[in-house]
Amino acid sequence: MTMWQRIKPGTGNLRLWQLGVLLVVLAAWQFASRDAQIAFFMGEPVQVAGRVWSWFLPWGMAPNALFPDGIAGNADIYLHLGITLLETFLAFGIGTVLGLLCGLWLALAPLASAIFDPYIKAANAMPRVILAPIFALWFGLGIWSKVALAVTLVFFIVFFNVYQGVREVSPVVLANARMLGANRRQLLRTVYLPSATAWVFSSLHTSVGLAFVGAVVGEYLGSARGVGYLILQAEGTFDVNTVFAGIVVLTAFALLLDGLVGRVERRLMKWQPRQGETEKL
Amino acid sequence: MPAPGCALELLGITCTFASAGGGPSYTAVADTTLRVGAGEFVSVVGPTGCGKSTLLNVGAGLLAPSRGEVRVFGEPLRGLNRRAGYMFQAEALLPWRSALDNVMLGLQYRGVPDAQARAQAQDWLARVGLAGFGDRYPHQLSGGMRKRTALAQTLALDPDIILMDEPFSALDIQTRQLMEDEVLELWAAKRKAVLFITHDLDEAIAMSDRVVVLSAGPATRPIGEFAIDLPRPRNVADVRSTPRFVELHRQLWDVLREEVLKGYRQQLGKAA
Repeated sequence: MTMWQRIKPGTGNLRLWQLGVLLVVLAAWQFASRDAQIAFFMGEPVQVAGRVWSWFLPWGMAPNALFPDGIAGNADIYLHLGITLLETFLAFGIGTVLGLLCGLWLALAPLASAIFDPYIKAANAMPRVILAPIFALWFGLGIWSKVALAVTLVFFIVFFNVYQGVREVSPVVLANARMLGANRRQLLRTVYLPSATAWVFSSLHTSVGLAFVGAVVGEYLGSARGVGYLILQAEGTFDVNTVFAGIVVLTAFALLLDGLVGRVERRLMKWQPRQGETEKL
Repeated sequence: MPAPGCALELLGITCTFASAGGGPSYTAVADTTLRVGAGEFVSVVGPTGCGKSTLLNVGAGLLAPSRGEVRVFGEPLRGLNRRAGYMFQAEALLPWRSALDNVMLGLQYRGVPDAQARAQAQDWLARVGLAGFGDRYPHQLSGGMRKRTALAQTLALDPDIILMDEPFSALDIQTRQLMEDEVLELWAAKRKAVLFITHDLDEAIAMSDRVVVLSAGPATRPIGEFAIDLPRPRNVADVRSTPRFVELHRQLWDVLREEVLKGYRQQLGKAA
């Protein structure tokens, strides 16, 4: 076996190769940032890491070769991160419930749906980020203006999925439930709602992601707390390393949320056939 | 008729569907009268696309006829037929409920307490041979098992009239014969009125007291009616080789063949 055959990318060493790509990019970035001009605009991976350290850990580091100024162990990001996550969860919850209710209502009331149709299309087509100033005006600079912005993002994703989900309930399943004696409320509870929930779950990854985006963008446009606020502050002082550190933290937490959603989805949607799943007898 | 009184009467039923594009309307069923006695097993056979399912939907109250009347145990039918259970041709189980929860569904709709409904559903699952499969979701069951679950779901409500729309047409022949025997056994125990739609002549003769032959569509109507005097209990596989079965089959086929050919010609004409 030659050397190449052993390290060739394959299913076995995929993780190593993925890690390798990251290391190469970081190394190239670090090397490029030895030029002061590039370091000013692009930041330095080591400094970014130092910033993340001082955000999360309470222990400092004395000045050394890598960090001539040392690192302060501030552990001061938790308040900001907590605010951003709180906004995300509130927006996700409110947006999902509103989307679910409106989707169910309009899908089951064809007349209302026909009347509102053009307005829903218009509201969905509108670039909703521009609503941020209006929400800031209405709800102030606290968390609620951010929640409102993120709700507008989440709402339409959930709404359209629920609408679709109710519309696509199999007519046979519906007729069967009616023949078994379901009244309108029972139909809603046992047929329409579960079907709509399945569609909501299929959009959950998107809507959690958008709730996060809405919260951060809202903070970035005007706030006194939150990770978006930290990024805004750093940008104001041309502290590009902190901006990148903020991006790294946001990305990590977006991935974390996505993983969480995946777990919840697998638990609640076990009735759905997954591709390639064999029958477990 | 074996039992006194009629469980289900379709009297002078005509079903005309308006076409979506404003074109000519389509009459699926024309002036059809069909009676099912209490405790009687009646099959309806006819060429594909002749409006058999339309007729069944009318009997279930899912579809209002353009003309004619439906009577259930002598009473005119308004709205859904509450005394009927309907077993559909297509998949009708709720995919998000396990087999047991699906069988419980009708009982829950009726307000039976959960514990009691669960016990009854367990019992029915066992009767259709699915004891121990109650926690499976429909996608984890084979086609035959799903049909058994649907059968248990329909029968758990103990309906006086059972409507079946080609329930076994998607099954392989062995599974199918097993299920036919099981249905006959369950039917013999309770003696409910059954209206059974099929395109399979063998199945119709092997199971029924009476077979009604429908003409090819459009404007389908009954063109023949045959009393099946084969002794019961029957085994659907064995009964097929008896001389009387062969004779009945020939008589029925003589009537049906022309309609099947007519049906094919029409479908080919439509495609052209």
